[in-house]
Amino acid sequence: MERIKAIIIKEWREVFKNRFVFFTVSFLPLMITALPLVILFFTGRSEDFAGVTTADLPPQFSSLCSGLDGAECMLYFIVTQFILLFMMVPVIIPMTIASYSIVGEKTTRTLEPLLATPVSTLEILVGKGLAGVIPAVVATWVGYLLYAAGAHIIVSNPHVVNKLFDPLWMTAIFVVGPLLSLMGVSIAVMISSRVNDPRVAEQISGIFVLPVVGIFLGQTTGLILVNQEFILWMAGVLVVLDSILFYFAVQIFQRETILSRWK
Amino acid sequence: MINKESVIHTRNLSRSFGEILAVDRLSLAISRGEVFGLLGPNGAGKTTTVRLLAALLQPSSGEASIAGYQVGIDDQEIRRKIGLLPEAPGLYDGLTAEQNLAFYGAMYGVEEISQQIKRYLELLGLWNRRHEPVGTFSKGMRQKLAIARALLHEPEVLFLDEPTSSLDPQAARLVREFISDLKGKGRTIILCTHNLEEADRLCDRVAVLNGHLLALDSPIELRRRIFGRKVVFHLSATKTEFEPILLEFDFVNHVEQIENKIVVAVDDPDTHNPVLIRALVEAGAEIRFVGELRRRLEDVYLELMQASEGIINGTN
Repeated sequence: MERIKAIIIKEWREVFKNRFVFFTVSFLPLMITALPLVILFFTGRSEDFAGVTTADLPPQFSSLCSGLDGAECMLYFIVTQFILLFMMVPVIIPMTIASYSIVGEKTTRTLEPLLATPVSTLEILVGKGLAGVIPAVVATWVGYLLYAAGAHIIVSNPHVVNKLFDPLWMTAIFVVGPLLSLMGVSIAVMISSRVNDPRVAEQISGIFVLPVVGIFLGQTTGLILVNQEFILWMAGVLVVLDSILFYFAVQIFQRETILSRWK
Repeated sequence: MINKESVIHTRNLSRSFGEILAVDRLSLAISRGEVFGLLGPNGAGKTTTVRLLAALLQPSSGEASIAGYQVGIDDQEIRRKIGLLPEAPGLYDGLTAEQNLAFYGAMYGVEEISQQIKRYLELLGLWNRRHEPVGTFSKGMRQKLAIARALLHEPEVLFLDEPTSSLDPQAARLVREFISDLKGKGRTIILCTHNLEEADRLCDRVAVLNGHLLALDSPIELRRRIFGRKVVFHLSATKTEFEPILLEFDFVNHVEQIENKIVVAVDDPDTHNPVLIRALVEAGAEIRFVGELRRRLEDVYLELMQASEGIINGTN
């Protein structure tokens, strides 16, 4: 445990000195928190939806809007549209950090003395993984709480804002978020073990953000209904996927191959 | 003083990368407390040998053990027993000297890490710079810090891969003196170097590699084996030819006189020198001084390389 803790602290001291990483880690959550609040400011006022009844809304909304009238349900739809954006934070941040931390060790040739210590591959990967996952999850949670606070001020409807803290979105933010982070970090570790440029690792890893973007677009266009069932399915799939990905990440991180192949 | 108990054993240790055979059937036994040099040209397999012994690479065939632990089986134990200074210091530039060492202290599970950090930073003259980022350090300071890192957990065996390469003469001298100090403290040191003078000065024995083992012995014995022993007699100005007189002795292998200097090849100068001196004096020579012709380790190395390349090219 001491080794993992030391790796996490070392990673943060090193990685956050990289301006690009620091910018990504700080700017992305800020942008994802601020942008929806700005949109909400212009579109999410209660008076805009006065007179809207539940009959005016798509039928699947009724399952999500229990206890809300038509106008509140419309507001709820707008407010929650952006929550899936927060799901991108726990994917992108750990991918950026892990890409720089592993490939960075290769390029600065710090990996050889590290691998010559009794630290195990699992400890290295857990340490580096958590160094990416912890800031990502914290940034997601803080961003979400700021968004909820901002939405509360803008929408000024406690019924709607309280819905941001119902089990559906709590599961999404506090369970699916960290699981997505683990997925991001495992993918970044696998790619970083094979490439020698952090930017390449990050760009390849970036492809794996697309499913999250797809869900966001699916929800916005009405193709996907993000309800409790969907989030629980997502969590279940991610648990299985994370286990498989992390297993392969450990397998692919071959100390010997990494040492003898990198130039 | 070398304790004859072996701490490193290899038997037919080989390692290939695809088609390339980097280390070919290397058999060594290195004693506890010995400073052992690995010499050879670039690509001779020195770094691969170090990485094999440091359990960073697995052998393709053959076996190796460090302090009784088998490479490929007890790798974690081996990593606890060894300290490694790789070719590149591999320090974290964004961290201070103290943070770098504290991190490695945690990796090795060093108890009383603060004391160990203080001890080695003071010993290497870096204590006052401990709060500065390593990125601001000179090459010599980085190398010294990397040596401190390798010693932090008090390893039984220390691998030093090119410890003075790319250092200025002053920094190289400091590092060499530090290694020399370590030598007296019973730690086994494996030194990979291109600097043959350094190897000559520091190593108890050297192995000359070129993929496979070309020679293994102490620098003195290697010189004797390759070039034999030669004694130089410096005379006062003379026109006398002393060669025929000296060649009369059975133990004289070769004589060469160049003006007032006579070089005599003999197997055992300690025994034969008095006889030769007496003969020269009786023949009228005025001997100003006598010394042994000292070949450099570089001469031995080049001779071995030439022979090795001759064999490879089929000219020998």
